[in-house]
Amino acid sequence: MNKQTEVSRRSFLMRLGLWINGGIAALLAVPVVGYLLSPLRGKASQEYNTWVSLGPLSQFPEGQTRLATFRNPFVRPWDGQTADIPCWVRRVAGNTFQVFAINCAHLGCPVRWFSQSGLFMCPCHGGAYYADGSRASGPPERGLFEYPFRIDGDQLVIQAGELPTLAADAGTAAGGRKPCVG
Amino acid sequence: MRWIESLGQWFDRRLQLSGAIREAALHRVPRSSASWWYVFGSAALTVFILQVVTGILLAIVYVPSAAEAWNSLQTLNHDLTLGWFLRAMHGWGSNFMVALVLIHMVQVFLFGAHKYPRELTWVVGVFLLLMTLGMAFTGQVLRFDQDSYWGLGIGASIMGRVPLIGGWLVNLLLGGPIIAGETLSRFFALHVFVIPGMLIGLVGLHLLMVLKLGINEWPMPGRVVRRETYLKEYEELTHKDGVPFVPDAIWKDLIFAACVLLAVAFCAVVLGPFGPTGQPDPTIIETAPRPDFFFLWLYALLSLLPPQLETPFLLIAPVIGVAVLLLLPFLSGEGEKSWRRRPIAVLTVLLLAVVLGTFTRLASNAPWSPVMNAWSGSPLPERYLKDRSPLERRGALVFQAKQCRNCHALGIEGGQRGPALDTVATRLTPDQLIRQVLQGRGNMPAYGKNLSPAECTALVAFLTTLHPAGQAPARDASSSVALEADRESSASTRP
Repeated sequence: MNKQTEVSRRSFLMRLGLWINGGIAALLAVPVVGYLLSPLRGKASQEYNTWVSLGPLSQFPEGQTRLATFRNPFVRPWDGQTADIPCWVRRVAGNTFQVFAINCAHLGCPVRWFSQSGLFMCPCHGGAYYADGSRASGPPERGLFEYPFRIDGDQLVIQAGELPTLAADAGTAAGGRKPCVG
Repeated sequence: MRWIESLGQWFDRRLQLSGAIREAALHRVPRSSASWWYVFGSAALTVFILQVVTGILLAIVYVPSAAEAWNSLQTLNHDLTLGWFLRAMHGWGSNFMVALVLIHMVQVFLFGAHKYPRELTWVVGVFLLLMTLGMAFTGQVLRFDQDSYWGLGIGASIMGRVPLIGGWLVNLLLGGPIIAGETLSRFFALHVFVIPGMLIGLVGLHLLMVLKLGINEWPMPGRVVRRETYLKEYEELTHKDGVPFVPDAIWKDLIFAACVLLAVAFCAVVLGPFGPTGQPDPTIIETAPRPDFFFLWLYALLSLLPPQLETPFLLIAPVIGVAVLLLLPFLSGEGEKSWRRRPIAVLTVLLLAVVLGTFTRLASNAPWSPVMNAWSGSPLPERYLKDRSPLERRGALVFQAKQCRNCHALGIEGGQRGPALDTVATRLTPDQLIRQVLQGRGNMPAYGKNLSPAECTALVAFLTTLHPAGQAPARDASSSVALEADRESSASTRP
């Protein structure tokens, strides 16, 4: 056996070693990537969203818009106050409601209701919405996000669980205003 | 002293580092580069080391849990000896680091140091800038208060605008469906492990290249960089007119770095730590979130861009900006280094500085945000109510009660979202005022549904009184002509 073949056998073994390590690394990458991507859920099936109660109907007088809060259905023990989500409930009349997300459709800041002027105003970039949630002025391209609701006995129940953004519109299930991206 | 020497020799026989250290310390640099203009990079590195040290000290106490982070910051601020000072040093250190990195970058660009053969040093530097900004943003998130909470909401809303995968990006950023415990944990890992790890690695690479390629010589107008000749010219320069880095150049770095550290400590002692502001409780909606200083320009931009441009701008501009920075040394890798012969470079820097400065200045008083409590907190100036009819005073009441003041200033108080109304009667006729109030226009919502006819009449009666004493209110010229014609025709028909 001459010297050259001896060297190439060594280098073959080294390459083999590299390939084996590369293969194992690729195998290990699968669970690592899966772990990192674990917050992703099916968008179409709204896996994060569940029906949660906002309390008895009697809390919401007709013709008024009131702040309600609910505990997010998807919650960790160490979430603290961050899992208490506010929303605006407008009881139009009888069992007709509109439940608006607190987040401005522009960039998610908390909108405030001004009953005297009948406007929602955003403190960040000055977006404003009418009482029915439609866009009044400012940078938002659309009206407020709406949660789908239903009446369950004497309880007002909404479908919620995810931060409303243009991508995860709180109101898609109830046929709320579709996001108009771009 | 002999024993120190022999101890040093004992270590060096085993480590064998003294040769390399001596070589690095004594390597010759152009005499012209031992300048006060060349101290910003080392100062940024010094502040980075300060950030690592203070960061580790804060991590001893800080609890990266959504439920407890805010409380642990309160403990640091109020209960622990000098905890407030460490937080202040870390916070001000962050501001100084961003500032120094930016100044360093501008200096490097204006002195042509990004040109051949230092292209890769610049590229690594661009990544160091991005990571410094990443540290600043993730650090703001760890100060888990109201600004941090709603700032994350803004980040998520921007992610949500990405076509097709926006929803997934939101969930990845937040670590779940909402801003909560897993969000903070993710940002903690980024701020404490991932980005600092990459920063340390890239800083090492950056420094290695500075050592290997040499410090940029002072740019002279007319001394042009050519790939074929530059390395030889640089070697000649360091031979003929070079000085050892230690001590001829490094003393300026050391003194400036010490001054910067003193300045950070001074700001920390005098101005104290940043926040935390209110608790990260989303149900407390009486808040007006603001980003930290170095992101204020972005806040202004997001308010002032036309809505239809926002999404394309947010998603495309950063990519183009980073691409331009990365490609810069390859597009202009040769030629003049001196800023005296590079007017476009100087103008670009000035333009960027003016734009960013203006946006930052605008954002610090945010004229586009309604003043949410002006309607109840800022009384009308007395002079606007004196000698007014009951109807006009009733209108003033409507003006306050309907929150007009949140967007319109009177006197000097009130929002600046809409125009100040002190002289509105000279700009709009009563008819135009009625139309504007009821139907809205431009940025103004329509109030038709929320004003009774009586309220509207009173409001417009009040608004028509808002004109300077010597200046008549606006009137519809055509209507007076029409009325005149009407009177004339009725006079001529009179027998």
